[in-house]
Amino acid sequence: MSAAATNGNTLKVRYFDIDENPPKNYLNAESGLKSWLFTVDHKRIGLMYLASIALFFFVGGVLALVLRTELFTPAENLMNAETYNRIFTLHGAIMVFLFIIPSIPAALGNFLLPIMLGAKDVAFPRLNLASFWIYSIGALFTLASLAVNPIDTGWTFYTPYSVQTGSAVILMTFGVFIMGFSSILTGMNFIVTVHKMRAPGMTWGRLPLFIWAMYATSVIQVLATPVLAITLALLIMERTLGIGIFDPALGGDPVLYQHFFWFYSHPAVYIMIVPAFGVISELIGTFSRKTVFGYWAIAMSSLAIAFIGSLVWGHHMFVSGQSELSTVVFSFLTFFVGIPTGIKIFNWLATMHKGSIDMKTPMLYACIFLFLFTIGGVTGIMLGAISVNVQLHDTYYVVAHFHYVMMGGTVMAFLGGLHFWWPKMTGKMYSEFWGRISAVIIFIGFNLTFLPQFIMGSQGMPRRYYSYIEQFQTMHQLSTIGSYVLGIGFVIIAVYLAHSLWKGEKATSNPWGARTLDWMTSSPPLQHNFNYQPVVTNGAYDYHKPISDFTLGISDDVYHGNDHEGDIRKQSAETV
Amino acid sequence: MEYLTNFFLPSAESTYAANVDALFHFINIVSLILLVGITIAIVYFSIKYRRKSQEDTTPLITHNTTLEVTWTVIPLILILIVFGWGFNDYVEMRTPPANSYEVYVESFSFGWNFEHPNGIREANQLTVPVAQPVRLIMRSRDGDVLHSFFVPQFRLKQDLMPNRYTYAWFEAIRPGEFVYFCTEYCGGGHSMMNGIVRVKTQEDFDSWTEEELGRDLDALPLAELGRLVYTSAGCQGCHSLDGASRVGPTFAGLYMRERQFTDGSTRIADEAYLIESIVEPQVLVNVGYPNNMPNIYAQTLSEREILGLVEFIKELQ
Amino acid sequence: MAQAQSLENAHVQHHFRSSDQQFSSSKLGMWLFLFTEVMFFGGLFVAYIIYRAWNPELFTMAATELSTVLGGINTVVLIGSSLTCALAIRAAQTNNQKMIVNYLLVTIVLATVFLVIKYFEYTAKFEVGILPGGMYTFEGIDHPKASVFFSIYYMMTGLHGIHVIIGIGLMIWLVVKARAGAYSSAYYTPVEITGLYWHLVDIIWIFLFPLMYLID
Repeated sequence: MSAAATNGNTLKVRYFDIDENPPKNYLNAESGLKSWLFTVDHKRIGLMYLASIALFFFVGGVLALVLRTELFTPAENLMNAETYNRIFTLHGAIMVFLFIIPSIPAALGNFLLPIMLGAKDVAFPRLNLASFWIYSIGALFTLASLAVNPIDTGWTFYTPYSVQTGSAVILMTFGVFIMGFSSILTGMNFIVTVHKMRAPGMTWGRLPLFIWAMYATSVIQVLATPVLAITLALLIMERTLGIGIFDPALGGDPVLYQHFFWFYSHPAVYIMIVPAFGVISELIGTFSRKTVFGYWAIAMSSLAIAFIGSLVWGHHMFVSGQSELSTVVFSFLTFFVGIPTGIKIFNWLATMHKGSIDMKTPMLYACIFLFLFTIGGVTGIMLGAISVNVQLHDTYYVVAHFHYVMMGGTVMAFLGGLHFWWPKMTGKMYSEFWGRISAVIIFIGFNLTFLPQFIMGSQGMPRRYYSYIEQFQTMHQLSTIGSYVLGIGFVIIAVYLAHSLWKGEKATSNPWGARTLDWMTSSPPLQHNFNYQPVVTNGAYDYHKPISDFTLGISDDVYHGNDHEGDIRKQSAETV
Repeated sequence: MEYLTNFFLPSAESTYAANVDALFHFINIVSLILLVGITIAIVYFSIKYRRKSQEDTTPLITHNTTLEVTWTVIPLILILIVFGWGFNDYVEMRTPPANSYEVYVESFSFGWNFEHPNGIREANQLTVPVAQPVRLIMRSRDGDVLHSFFVPQFRLKQDLMPNRYTYAWFEAIRPGEFVYFCTEYCGGGHSMMNGIVRVKTQEDFDSWTEEELGRDLDALPLAELGRLVYTSAGCQGCHSLDGASRVGPTFAGLYMRERQFTDGSTRIADEAYLIESIVEPQVLVNVGYPNNMPNIYAQTLSEREILGLVEFIKELQ
Repeated sequence: MAQAQSLENAHVQHHFRSSDQQFSSSKLGMWLFLFTEVMFFGGLFVAYIIYRAWNPELFTMAATELSTVLGGINTVVLIGSSLTCALAIRAAQTNNQKMIVNYLLVTIVLATVFLVIKYFEYTAKFEVGILPGGMYTFEGIDHPKASVFFSIYYMMTGLHGIHVIIGIGLMIWLVVKARAGAYSSAYYTPVEITGLYWHLVDIIWIFLFPLMYLID
């Protein structure tokens, strides 16, 4: 029988009806705490990441509100300068390392990547569980530094300050070092999964754009994270042994540290934003019910961003004292990241053109993303221009810019994706009414928080300031009020999503009429994703074809082939 | 237009500031056009093509080469313009004229020292003549951390490092007082590390120079000297005069008050204690404050200056 | 027949469709991991290059303190261990269970010899005060940044040494499993990917040796 299966031409493929009410799904197939903590199921691991990052987003968010409250007036409102410095450092470090880097890749990516490929799991399920535990251990170290002596260096750990300060730099950087390995292992796992675990017929040209984005992200994770690891290892050695590579007092060079740090941390920006591009492609395609315009342009621009993004780290250092030549070269390269990014935005707009647009909550977030991310993008061009950068570097303009990209971009896409896949992950529908209300509140709150920061930044307000001169007070107060509005928006989301778990309407397998494989299984999915081996004969966005064309598969009990290259040709569908 | 400019940017007070601003406005205008266009497209498409029924069908449009080339090439041209423009101005910002007036700048946690070619020293305040290129030769104090010198109205910013010299230059176009900031995070006193650049007419500058050179510090009363040292040595970065708690304890009402230390002991803040805590700050650390005062003042301050500081603190009752 | 096939594929995890798929996935995963290792060491090599470019005379002076003879012997030892490791894989491919164990044991012995020589090198340095970073007290090199060269030396060789120790651990585990007959021509993925890892450890040393010991 294996002979029959290895030959694509004689493969038996048939339609499978989606079981809308399977008695067993991945959530109830096993129970007990152990079945979660030691699961190798990518979906459960994804949910555990989701819970962890939600926790850290809450912690980081509360810290942000504390900071904004302190900045309501230039005087001391809640805390002294030392405490303020610790809190902004923790806000940054938690949001970057514990929330945003694992947000879309580790939570949504883990849940969706194998299903979208038509696989039962990622290539290395145990390694996947290990990544989660490594992440948790790293997080524990980071939190331990809180208990010992909260770090006050800023999330960038610049030397020599990070060598001299009395705070728990070693614990914190060691935590980040450990979490780096989690990121590396997840990236490796995803790359291998995309290469080797695709369902029959899932050619590269049929991959959902979310997968392309995850693939590009994983490449950056594997490429850049090891350099962060060695940088932090050297920093730890600098503090413990005084090796003198980064510490000028011992003959080292602080600019070298900055090069090392940004060699990772700039690509890390793309680890944060590229997955968001993937989510947006899915949302806009589905809710416009239209073939995504320029599939290859979007797919390849993710890889182009990954590539060019690895060569531009020096634009964080235009006034650091690096050579003028480096500054000019890095500025020149920086602008080229703008091209593939712009291409994506135009392609998404073109997808909406002549579509059938359903402004559900996820689509609303996608539109908010387009607006906010465009602002984030063009202000990035502003910062890339060397002469203007001299004025804007290390001011609130930069703060506003990266919040527009990271929060207006990644977090909005993450929220859109969370609402979009919420029915798939939980089997329950969220409240559409409250979904839209909170999206609007978040949009208003976000702009109120960060638009004033652009203005005070270009006016000259430096970042990481505990206190400020009077002229900036109005802008700071607007920003603080905005942050409260933003906070309310997130509280509403937390309430109605939690409510939907108990009282939400039951979700159908494909509430949005999407075409990718994640919607061709029940909601929530079965323990091993599918009862059959899916076979792919259409593109991920072929909305002009009937949906029945997308539920093709081979029954598991007749399929034991080894065509791991996924190269079953078109005729397999015709043998039905 | 004037109003808009002032809304986004502080007044332009150096020779190259206007060029920087022009590029800033150019990018803003192009960005605004782009943003408005995208927003209109989103809103228009969302209304015009809203879903009418669940049976809606959409056309199959996979790509459009003309369109795609257009939206690749136009941004490409724009970014090349922006790069060239920024590069051109940057070259000017990095090329001090040969006849520049040179000032040595030293940064430390948390303050600034400026030394003029004629030997005049200023602390946390820089006085320069108008319409004269000024070249700043900058370095952070040995063993100190990174700082950055930022004068928003001059569009000038440059990091300072303890292990090498960096430089920057400006030419102020009119007299006035312009605030400068530290923009490289450096610890507890970071946000207090600001000061004033005073731009004077050549005559005012000359008479100021004469006055400074003629002043005899040794003839000053001790408390007066102490007030000068309080700013010049950077005490004000951490120790307030109004009772506010900064990185370190306030100087207001400090004299003869009981202090509690991290080792559990207590002491009355008399003259002997004040002197010891200046020259050996690591020995007795006040409860509630970090142990991060630089252990350098025994070397950098003269005995008379230390006594002056003590007298100054005594007066703050 | 179905029975026979399922026995033969006992090592295939349920989410793989075939043994081939599992094998090629593992190999790709290992190559990616090795790539991250290269980037990891790459950071140190960059630090090395930069400090050498800044202080070429220091590197020439300091390299004379390192023993070329011991370094050379270690190079030969490691290359030898790479060979025996490759032979272990070959033995697995030809189903020669006994030789898998033997070759792995020889590899472990060679790796241990490497570490022992390294130990003598380190202690000789420590005795004259060439310690990493702040503890450096050696006065034989007249250069203000002499300690930085040795910091880089200790970081690079130390990190490499940790990799050797991990490699020994992995191979001990392989020997235990191989004794139990876990590997055959049908399934030898762990032997193969550990071999890949070991070759990388070897290659990194082949770069370290001339960069550190043979500066002229």
